[in-house]
Amino acid sequence: MTTTADTAGIDKSSGYAHPDKLVSTQWVADHLQDENVVVLESNEDTLLYSTGHIPGARKIDWHTELNDPVARDFIGPEEFARVAGSKGITRDTTVVFYGDKSNWWAAYALWVFTLYGHPDTRLMNGGRDKWIAEGRETTKDVPQVAPVEYPVTERDDTTERASREDVLDHFGKPLIDVRSPLEYTGEVTHMDGYPQEGTLRGGHIPTAASVPWAKAANEDGTFKSREELERIYKEDAGLGESDDVVAYCRIGERSSHTWFVLRHLLGYEKVRNYDGSWTEWGNSVRLPIAIGADRGELPR
Amino acid sequence: MTAAGLPETLRGIVEDFQSVPDPEKLELLLEFSEELPALPERYAGHEDEMEQVTECQSPLFLAVELHDPRSGQPQAPDAGPASPDSIVRLFVSAPPEAPTSRGFASVLAQGLDGLPAGTVLAVPADLSSRLGLQKALTPLRLRGMSAMLGRIKRNISDRLGSGQTAG
Repeated sequence: MTTTADTAGIDKSSGYAHPDKLVSTQWVADHLQDENVVVLESNEDTLLYSTGHIPGARKIDWHTELNDPVARDFIGPEEFARVAGSKGITRDTTVVFYGDKSNWWAAYALWVFTLYGHPDTRLMNGGRDKWIAEGRETTKDVPQVAPVEYPVTERDDTTERASREDVLDHFGKPLIDVRSPLEYTGEVTHMDGYPQEGTLRGGHIPTAASVPWAKAANEDGTFKSREELERIYKEDAGLGESDDVVAYCRIGERSSHTWFVLRHLLGYEKVRNYDGSWTEWGNSVRLPIAIGADRGELPR
Repeated sequence: MTAAGLPETLRGIVEDFQSVPDPEKLELLLEFSEELPALPERYAGHEDEMEQVTECQSPLFLAVELHDPRSGQPQAPDAGPASPDSIVRLFVSAPPEAPTSRGFASVLAQGLDGLPAGTVLAVPADLSSRLGLQKALTPLRLRGMSAMLGRIKRNISDRLGSGQTAG
């Protein structure tokens, strides 16, 4: 097959700002044989890939492959080059991500590839559940991949990623908290069903708007239309035409999903994901916190 | 971390996990997930009557029964304190799209089902770390398994009455 990956699977009429960043399940089915396309499955449950996956898809494990085993950070440039190369990915490869839980972890992996400046990354709309719901083929066969050379590239931690210090400097500009309403108000210090990833203090970063990540998704895990997304973020959350937005959640995975929406579907020019998120902020000494449903005062 | 001090079946399972490298540990856990027995008729479709393990990242339900060691009959929860010799029967339900939780449930079901209540209570709380999965899985996952074991033991100690506490 010599089909190139330039033609995206999502209709341009979707109106998304960067329609080429999102592909449909049908597009993936049509391009499985393309030499220049590598499909990566990124799940919360690491065993899920082994129970059946898209034929030819390779597994990427966010915990063992993308996170540094010691420091709370991502792997470094050499290791990233090794991991990408081991999946048969070169700098020219079109990498399509998909996964469980409406693509939480797929968006997270895509975002890490973005930090390393990988030129062509895409998300499969609807993720793993949609592929299976449509009765498409899955297999337990793990593809044999010959490692290829991926160049060692510096990670850019300033354009799409925010640190705690960046957030402190950001006060006065829009912040989006994508956690559940009870986490936002501070009534609970963890997400429902995830009690161990708790924090010492509950609440939210002052001035942050609450937009739970799932608001961006339809029941089948696909993204809502541009029109609906504009209403949710631009109007209801008050982002307007902002040129600088920071999103956060608990450990940075749900906010990767929102980062993708703001950056690529709505086309905001500067959107950073604060991956330290609440597990850093809510455990840090002397940082300002707001509780309750109000956004809270701008810290002085 | 060793397999010492564990009931025989569980010791065998722990030794199997400890004897293989990390990637194979996950394969082994996957095999366990495929072996989780289906719920018996009295529980199938009645997950709402079971106890939900909310510490797990997916819907997981368990039921613990104590059976009389002589008659083999289930002892009613309100029949007064049960004997430490009572036989533990363990039933767990976890969805196929949550293979890690299913795998842990299956390890516990195979390792604990049919043992005397007192023996189950003596299983060390750090069982999940003895499997050696600390690198391959997130701490959140491992704590999910500890929570499962903790709930099983608390169920039993509640039924045995005073003087028997979950370790």
